Amino acid sequence: MSPLFLFLSFVALLSALGVVLAKNPVHSVLFLILTFFTLSGHYLLLNAQFLAAVNIIVYAGAIMVLFLFVIMFLNLNEETEPHKPALAKFAAAIAGGSLLLILVAALRNVNPAGYDPANFDSQIGMVDKLGMVLFKDYALPFELASILLLAAMVGSVMLGKRETGERNF
Amino acid sequence: MTLPALGWQGLVVLATFGISLLIATYCTYAERVIAAFLQDRVGPDRAGPFGLLQPLADAVKLFTKEEFFPAGANRALFVFGPCLAMVTALMSSAVIPFGNFLQFGDTIIHLQGIEINVGMLYVFGIVSLGVYGIMIGGWASNNKFSLLGAIRAASQNISYELAMGLALIAVLMMSGTLSLREITLQQSVAGEWHFWNIAKQPLGFLIFIVCAFAETNRTPFDLPECETELIGGYHTEYSSMKMGLYLFAEYINVFVASAVMSVLYFGGFNFPFQYELRDWLVSSRGLELVTAQNIITILGLVGLFAKIFGFIFFFMWVRWTLPRFRYDQLMRLGWTILIPLAIFNIMLTGGLITFGIIK
Repeated sequence: MSPLFLFLSFVALLSALGVVLAKNPVHSVLFLILTFFTLSGHYLLLNAQFLAAVNIIVYAGAIMVLFLFVIMFLNLNEETEPHKPALAKFAAAIAGGSLLLILVAALRNVNPAGYDPANFDSQIGMVDKLGMVLFKDYALPFELASILLLAAMVGSVMLGKRETGERNF
Repeated sequence: MTLPALGWQGLVVLATFGISLLIATYCTYAERVIAAFLQDRVGPDRAGPFGLLQPLADAVKLFTKEEFFPAGANRALFVFGPCLAMVTALMSSAVIPFGNFLQFGDTIIHLQGIEINVGMLYVFGIVSLGVYGIMIGGWASNNKFSLLGAIRAASQNISYELAMGLALIAVLMMSGTLSLREITLQQSVAGEWHFWNIAKQPLGFLIFIVCAFAETNRTPFDLPECETELIGGYHTEYSSMKMGLYLFAEYINVFVASAVMSVLYFGGFNFPFQYELRDWLVSSRGLELVTAQNIITILGLVGLFAKIFGFIFFFMWVRWTLPRFRYDQLMRLGWTILIPLAIFNIMLTGGLITFGIIK
């Protein structure tokens, strides 16, 4: 394991813990952004440059901005934080614990698939290779997903359109 | 001088960093000179010859001002905000190809910080991170005007990133690569008529430049720091050099946006008749091919910077000419005009490529 991998994993785990443990929700969001960065670093180590860049653009750049946006408006802090009843805390602990149990049970006996160094293609994660796979082997799911995204975008444009008679000024 | 290739490349990275800072420094001067020119005033002329030392005087002023922390501010994030704005601004110039290559003997120096095959996505990713500096700083100030400025910046950047990305897709459809160096090289081919991307993508360029104004928070889209409504917007509470970092980051963003537009649409380091000039230097002047190529590279570097300065001037010209929009006008322009236009542009480009009219 390279020192870079160890460092990235260390920061990833630390910042993921920070997301859960930070008292201030804005700090939690910033830790989550840091986690996405370390994940992008892992993608780069796997020679998947396109995935790394898209991870930064979509998750760190767009979705987390919206998270931060909403949390800043909510004005969450320790005084206004609602105190949950003990039963809810108990139920949450049980649910979280069983999820952990399932994940551990599922991943306990997994063997890493490994790779064959003789005919391993180091360019597999490059954008042109990825495009070939997406458009040749998975053309239909890819197009369906893109229609879904386009529909969402057209929907947001429609929501932003001024309705008849509406005036803001 | 026997530096290994990596050492030379390191020098190029350092030079890119230094040039970004230097250009941002003199943008503050240029902004005032251009403002003075457009408003028929004298402008800065006290510090040094023609006021050329004005940026230095500004730096001294900013450094010696009081470091002020507003009551109830989140101190760590209050400092972190401007730092992040500066870091993200400086990171994006790393992949811009400022020139072709210089060759001395066996050493080849590419005049580009780093060459990665997703260069355009890298710039796009860093630009999309730039908004965090503003958001964090605005929120950490514990001031409602700052928060409103930060929220405006965030929604503006997200909205215009969409149209910018869609305008970019049309360029990528023609080039078939994300590497900025490849895109530049494709815009000029030896021995045939070959137009820069602006000739093939006029609509895309128009969308891109409007989005570039919005992404860099420049007038007429500088709503995040709109004085008439928000005092100073996200930097209301900032003073001293932290304020300076925000202003600096804006000028670096202007420089990078100008560079990206020059590379994507205006041929980058290519200039007309470069191959003819190279062949003429070889045949009539008796220079070696390598030397002639080096001369062309340096001329191309000068040409790219001329294009960049032209765009920077355009940014400033617009700032001192147009008033700023209202916020709802900005949002309507982004979502209901630019995005449908950009999608139309993609379909148009696709059609033209299919029928072989452009390639």
